[in-house]
Amino acid sequence: MGLLSKKDTKLITDPLADNNPITIQVLGICSALAITAQLKASIVMSLSVLFVLGVGNVVISLIRNIIPSKIRIIVQLTVVAALVIIVDQVLKAYAYSLSKELSVFIGLIITNCIIMGRFEAFALGNGPWKSFLDGIGNALGYAVILVIVGFFRELLGSGTLLGFPVLGDPIKKTGLYAIGYENNGFMLLSPMALIVVGIIIWVQRSRNKDLIED
Amino acid sequence: MEHLELFFKSIFIDNMVFATFLGMCSYLAVSKKVSTAVGLGAAVIFVLAVTVPVNWLLDQYILQPGALQWLGAEYADYDLSFLSFIMFIATIATMVQLVEIVVEKFSPSLYNSLGIFLPLIAVNCAILGGSLFMQSREIETIGLAFNYGISSGIGWFLAILAIAAIREKIRYSNVPAPLRGLGITFIITGLMAIGFMSFGGMLTGGDDEGKKQPEETAKVEKVNKKENKLAENTTTINE
Repeated sequence: MGLLSKKDTKLITDPLADNNPITIQVLGICSALAITAQLKASIVMSLSVLFVLGVGNVVISLIRNIIPSKIRIIVQLTVVAALVIIVDQVLKAYAYSLSKELSVFIGLIITNCIIMGRFEAFALGNGPWKSFLDGIGNALGYAVILVIVGFFRELLGSGTLLGFPVLGDPIKKTGLYAIGYENNGFMLLSPMALIVVGIIIWVQRSRNKDLIED
Repeated sequence: MEHLELFFKSIFIDNMVFATFLGMCSYLAVSKKVSTAVGLGAAVIFVLAVTVPVNWLLDQYILQPGALQWLGAEYADYDLSFLSFIMFIATIATMVQLVEIVVEKFSPSLYNSLGIFLPLIAVNCAILGGSLFMQSREIETIGLAFNYGISSGIGWFLAILAIAAIREKIRYSNVPAPLRGLGITFIITGLMAIGFMSFGGMLTGGDDEGKKQPEETAKVEKVNKKENKLAENTTTINE
């Protein structure tokens, strides 16, 4: 990595596992759970957060010295809301059915705690380039969990990935269905998202004993 | 009747935590002790009960397509709905600031125990989610909007109260080490959500059949109206 120093690389790789925003920092969970019934929606959501967090972190870090600290939350919310409006309008223009499917959850990126958390914890105290890397890293950490959850829920729940049938045809009974496999519709319902994330946390903490709580 | 139905529906069936996962961050972070959970829950009820009706007014008279008609006929075609995020969040941030001042004045101990999470109500998805759902479900009167705000707040309160009570007890159980803390909380919430799904059948019994008919026709009329409007617009463009 010639472009990035060791410290910069750490900014990106740390949030992917050991300091993951969802499973360790407990931020940004609402949207992570609600739209993961399908892999496609999870990916679109991850990309939106990547954009908002990357650009937002840079903007906040550029204006960090002129924000009065008393009203910083409103300033931050305005920056995020403006960026989210851009994402929302772009999605409505180019992927209308998808934006209908995500319904209010694109708007809820504004209140995604990862974004406020990173603004408060990082962008207010660091330069633009570092903030950008931090934003990208944390958004990728968020994306990793979303994609894992989306992958399992769509695969086990409807037997497809990104809309393509991968386990065979459930009506004609081909592929896995021929030997008696049935789609587990329960995976598509909301409680299973919580349980899948719970299992991810379990696996992660079994592998890295340092993360275990009290 | 409409009010009662919406009330129970938003508490049990469309419970913010268990059905739509709103406000999960503070739900997970502040649910270690029942007393703080109650404080935060009450603050959420209050903020929701104020912001949803205020945002309803904003939506009705400023943001909706054609809402600016009261300013004069030339404003009838304006559609400011893309601004709703920024308007809603501004209302919410103001209200949260207000709550913060009030709590600090009247209950400093609660203020200290809530700490960072009081300002974080502003970025609690439950609050913004309430307003956005109010908008997308097209709630019709301000009374219903108030009802919706307060009852979904109660639903959230109920959820955080339940999980806080469970977490206080679970400290004495032998949970596998990697699952302790966050992991088990997620799984318990999942199980509770499965339980709450059974409320789904609550409002479908009884005299529902007689009631459904007019509702559907009303919806169809609404859709027709929208289509007509669209048709009108396209004809004017064509002309």
